[in-house]
Amino acid sequence: MPLVFAGVCSHAPGITGRAERADPTVRDAFYAALDGMRADLEASQPDALMVVAAEHFANFFMDNMPSFAVGMADHYDGPIEDPGWLGIDKVRVPGDSELSRRMITGIMQGSDVAYAEEWKFDHGIMVPLHFLTPRYDLPVIPVNVNCQGPPLTPLHRAWTFGESIRAAADALPERVALVGTGGISHWPATPDSGKINEAWDRDFLDRWCRNDRARLLDYDDATIYADAGQGGFEIRTFITVAAAARGAPGTVDFYAPIPIFAVGCTVATYDVTA
Amino acid sequence: MTLYNVQKFLYELNRSEAAQQRYRADPRGAVDDYDLTDEEIGALVEPDIGLLFHLGVNGQILMHFAAFHQIEWNDYLQRMRDGIAEHGPVREGVYAMTGYEGVDADPHTTGTTASATRAAAGGSD
Repeated sequence: MPLVFAGVCSHAPGITGRAERADPTVRDAFYAALDGMRADLEASQPDALMVVAAEHFANFFMDNMPSFAVGMADHYDGPIEDPGWLGIDKVRVPGDSELSRRMITGIMQGSDVAYAEEWKFDHGIMVPLHFLTPRYDLPVIPVNVNCQGPPLTPLHRAWTFGESIRAAADALPERVALVGTGGISHWPATPDSGKINEAWDRDFLDRWCRNDRARLLDYDDATIYADAGQGGFEIRTFITVAAAARGAPGTVDFYAPIPIFAVGCTVATYDVTA
Repeated sequence: MTLYNVQKFLYELNRSEAAQQRYRADPRGAVDDYDLTDEEIGALVEPDIGLLFHLGVNGQILMHFAAFHQIEWNDYLQRMRDGIAEHGPVREGVYAMTGYEGVDADPHTTGTTASATRAAAGGSD
C-alpha cells in the first residue's frame, strides 16, 4: 500500500515532564494539535507506525554509530529516562519484527541502514507515542538518524533515506504510517534550554511545507549550529519525512515557541493521499 | 582527558537498570571498569553536573544522568551554569552556552508573544 500517513512533531521531554510549568493556553492548544494528529493517524488505519527519531544515546554510542538504524523487534521498552522526570510510565511497546524485516530489506535497496533487534525508547519516541498511540496498541518500527554524534548524517543522505522508506512502504501490502520527531531550532540540555529561533523555524517549516528539496538541503551544520543550535541538527528527521512524502503538500497544524518545553512546539503533516 | 570513557560510562548507566542499581549501591566501584582520571571519577561519583558539563559530556547524556539523580530542572540548569562559572567554557562538543538569559527572561514564556525572534547566536562559548 502507498504510505498512508506522513507527519512530524516535537519530542522534547519537557512536553510531558514539565507540563505544569507551561502557560496552559498555549500548552493545551499544542496538546489539542497532537490530539488532532492522532485522530488523523487513526483515520489512516495504519498497520504499523514508523517513527523516524533522533535518539539520545539510548541505543547507539560513539563506539558504533550508524547513520541510519531501523528496529527489528517484536517489542520495545521505554522510556529509559526516570518516569517521574519524563511524565511517562515505563511501558512495553509492540513491534513487528517480520514487518520490520521486510521494510528494512526494501529500504536497503536505496539506502545503507543498520538494523537492531534490541532497541530502548527514550523521550524522542516516547513523547510522540504518548500522544499518538496512548494505548500502545499499534506496532512501531523505530528509526534513528544520527543527529547527535558528529560526523552527522549528511542532509542529502537523509533525503535519500526518506525516498528509500517510501519505496519500501509502497511495495508492502501493509498500511504504513510515518512520523518524524525532533526539534527545529533549539538548544536543549544546555543552560540555554528554552532558547528558540522562531524566524528560523518558520522559514524551515515553509521549506518543509513546500517540500522544496533544494531549499531543505540548503543548510550546513555550521550555520545550523549557529542559528538553530545543536538541537537544530534534528531537522534530518523532518527532511526524511519530506522526501518520503514525495512532493505532497504540507501543512503546519501547530507551531508555537514554548520555552519551558525547550522547543518551538510543532505539529505538521503532509497530505500523502493528495 | 578521557571524555569518551566518561560518556561511555554514563551511556551505559542511563540505559541499564542493572548498572543503575550497581551505581546506587557503590558509585565508586561502578566506575572501576572505566579508564578515568581522578577528576572524572569525582565528578561521576558526587555527582558534579557542572564539572561534567564543563568537561564536554554530551548534554543529552548528562540530562538523563541528572534526571536519574532526581535533580530538579531549574537546579540542573543552574548547576551547569555554575560549572561554567567555576571551571570555564565547555571543553569539547556541541553542547555549550550561547548567552541565553533563561526562560524567565524570555518573552515567549507567556505563550502569547510570538513576534520576538532570537538573534542568531554563535555556537561556541
